[in-house]
Amino acid sequence: MADLRSNFLGVKSPNPFWLASAPPTDKEYNVVRAFKAGWGGVVWKTLGEEGPPVVNVNGPRYGAIHGPDRRLLGLNNIELITDRPLEVNLREIKKVKREWPDRAMIVSLMVPCEEEPWKKILKRVEETDADAVELNFGCPHGMSERGMGAAVGQVPEYIEMVARWCKQHSRMPVIVKLTPNITDVRYPARAAMRGGADAVSLINTISSIVSVDLDNFAPVPTIDGKGSHGGYCGPAVKPIALNMVAEIARDPETRGLPISAIGGVTTWRDAAEFIAMSAGTVQVCTAAMTYGFRIVEEMKSGLARWMDEKGYRTIDDFRGRAVGNVTDWQYLNLNAISKAKIDQDLCIKCGRCYAACEDTSHQAIMKEKDGKRHFEVMDNECVACNLCVEVCPVESCITMVRQTSGVDPRTNKPISPDYANWTTHPNNPMRKQAAE
Amino acid sequence: MAAKKKAPKKAARKAAARKQAKPVKAKAAVKKAAKPAARAKPAPAKPAPAKKVRPADIQAGRLTKQDYAANFGDLHPRLTDHEALVEADRCFFCHDAPCQTACPTSIDIPMFIREIQAGHPKSAARTIFDQNILGGMCARVCPTETLCEEVCVRQTSEGKPVKIGMLQRYATDAAMGEKKHPYGRAKSSGKKVAVVGAGPAGLACAHRLAMRGHDVTVYEARAKSGGLNEYGIASYKSVDDFARKEVDFVLSIGGITVEHGKALGKALKIADLQANHDAVFLGMGLQGVNALGVKDENSKGIEDAVDYIAELRQAKDLAKLPVGRRVLVIGGGMTAIDVAVQSKLLGAEEVTILYRRGQEHMKASRFEQELAQTRGVKIRHWVAPKKVVVADGRATGLTCEYMKDVKGKLVGTGETFTLEADMIFKAIGQTFIDVNGGALSLDGGRIRVDADRRTSVRGIWAGGDCAAGGKDLTVAAVDDGRRAAESIHAFLSA
Repeated sequence: MADLRSNFLGVKSPNPFWLASAPPTDKEYNVVRAFKAGWGGVVWKTLGEEGPPVVNVNGPRYGAIHGPDRRLLGLNNIELITDRPLEVNLREIKKVKREWPDRAMIVSLMVPCEEEPWKKILKRVEETDADAVELNFGCPHGMSERGMGAAVGQVPEYIEMVARWCKQHSRMPVIVKLTPNITDVRYPARAAMRGGADAVSLINTISSIVSVDLDNFAPVPTIDGKGSHGGYCGPAVKPIALNMVAEIARDPETRGLPISAIGGVTTWRDAAEFIAMSAGTVQVCTAAMTYGFRIVEEMKSGLARWMDEKGYRTIDDFRGRAVGNVTDWQYLNLNAISKAKIDQDLCIKCGRCYAACEDTSHQAIMKEKDGKRHFEVMDNECVACNLCVEVCPVESCITMVRQTSGVDPRTNKPISPDYANWTTHPNNPMRKQAAE
Repeated sequence: MAAKKKAPKKAARKAAARKQAKPVKAKAAVKKAAKPAARAKPAPAKPAPAKKVRPADIQAGRLTKQDYAANFGDLHPRLTDHEALVEADRCFFCHDAPCQTACPTSIDIPMFIREIQAGHPKSAARTIFDQNILGGMCARVCPTETLCEEVCVRQTSEGKPVKIGMLQRYATDAAMGEKKHPYGRAKSSGKKVAVVGAGPAGLACAHRLAMRGHDVTVYEARAKSGGLNEYGIASYKSVDDFARKEVDFVLSIGGITVEHGKALGKALKIADLQANHDAVFLGMGLQGVNALGVKDENSKGIEDAVDYIAELRQAKDLAKLPVGRRVLVIGGGMTAIDVAVQSKLLGAEEVTILYRRGQEHMKASRFEQELAQTRGVKIRHWVAPKKVVVADGRATGLTCEYMKDVKGKLVGTGETFTLEADMIFKAIGQTFIDVNGGALSLDGGRIRVDADRRTSVRGIWAGGDCAAGGKDLTVAAVDDGRRAAESIHAFLSA
């Protein structure tokens, strides 16, 4: 049986599934329920400075994108950091950690961008015996207007500075949580590393407006006729998160920097993908908010079963295995020729591949044969774009078949078994000349 | 479409039935209430000497009020908004969609389903009405399982088609509630068109002609418009007076006058119609009923199913409609199913459909057959009535013969059996009665028409069941009406 135990920065947890800093981790009651349900750890909802806590809106805090059967695909929120007194949170953190010593207890923090407040709060957190801190440089809404959250995360120099303070004033491991609301996530990641951060976690939510109420022309969620952008999360953001994790994982400067991955993790498979992209733990929020804490059972058993089937004993056995296969476009093999193939036994003759190819792509699919409704790829037109595969409602009905020999009927050129990419392609004016 | 009825005969039958009807107090306990009671004490049948004929057990009020309401409620209630969205999402928006090709009125089904998905059922309704102004009724009565849904790629791939009929109902119902008619009329052409019959073909024709700016007079034999939508089909498919509401909806475009009590061949002569109008459309349906071809088939106790269904559809109180305890239905089409199921729902104890060929030959769709069977109707195949058992001047049963197919020919096996019955329905099809004195060419006993539904006589079009080549379907009649109207419009515009 696969061993799901995780050791991230020396913080041990029985499995790599942590609950992300968010409403599910705002208080003892929820966190204890989560631990009872089997979660490996939590990142306690972000604490702010001592004093009167922040206040939240007293209206809708969430908006969402739904699939047709109300499947929640993307969630947007405008909730701020914890609105409970610091004292209460710290007391509960200490109590829960004492009662659940085997679970990871990370505390998320967000205080003004000055050394003193950070120094002060770190000291208070240390007293709780929490395992690590996560610096919230990510929240795109509300707190960023006050110079915190994403406002810090968007300035690499600030990230470096605050990370350094935290390492300086604390013995706890420091995780920097990154915002995706930047142009190139490698810069903030490098800054965190330079500041001495032990790890990064990403992504925080993406600035978003989920919809406009067309009756009163206001963004949703609407508070008294107005709306504000929120942070987007849930299954819809996973591809964005996965790419950002990959970018950091394969960047020469940050390679090897531990990553706790966040962003649309909904099933064990998402988690396995993030781990394959080098994540040491995954953090979950929307899936738990949608279905409740029990989903972790499926995540654990699913990951373990897959690992067993693949022969991976521990998380580290497959962690990061996908990183080396992420490359720049310019290095993709331009000699690799594929053609779409429609399995006629599986084809249900809906014609979506035809419509997509004919209207929007390469006119490479025929819709009729011998006077009958029949969909078939014409190899002499097919560029293997994969659009037909993606629009086909039947899984595995259309597949990409690699051509390894002969002539590509589209280009009439022989198929070369050799690897060749854009950097050496004759059409590339910047191509590298082979040394004479 | 309106099948003409002989009123006196109907009244007589009714009276006879009532006379025989023993007043029975509605039993508290449900549909089957009549069953044990009746079985425990059939007619006061003393162990009488042979030849004593038991009186026919034909009674009204076999059920409780609640049972009537439940039995004759909506067969498939309208989908809720959420159900419609989920179902609409199952549509793949096929290219050159097979469903659309299979629809006799060629409704752009993928498009209307997409409009439902996008939250605009009224736009979806418009897409439907563009091709089929009676899309509301067709959504209820179309045998979708043999039309659009049969060829749905989800049917061929997973055996579960998109519920196109239900989605069409969802969309059209949304639009039927609108105050304003969805179509305007073109500038008046000053032309007048006569439409004979206010059934689906006539209404569809009249509506499209009105749209094109022509003035239409519809001549209808019966007191109400709608044809078989009003007088035929099973009532659980058209609840809440939907047929009438749909007629009102169609007529609300304006420019259409309906004159009732005008049957072709009687007060109305085709020559007069031609003389007084610029064009004529015939959509009067079928007036005759096929003969069984056995002796005593006109005995008391044997009814035409279409008459009984019409009576049922018009009944203000179903509890007052008498039904036999043991009912036999002869036939294998929709009418046979409709009368059998409804007899059962009225509280008949035993209802048996007798069909001379096999299950696969029945004109009633598989869905309809299953509907009958789940309602407790027994369907017997390969049996044909051979002789009516008559006693005391009334049919008390049928002697049937087992049939078989010998090289495509139906032949009797010689083996017979006898079934007792309190009521026997003939549902073996209707026939066209030519009241035009042979003025129009016929084809297979119905009016010959071309692709544009033109008859052999210039200026006269025909469609619906009275026209040759028809499918005996509401939706096909609508298609005929619309096509004829466009052809008439082209003719009048020339």
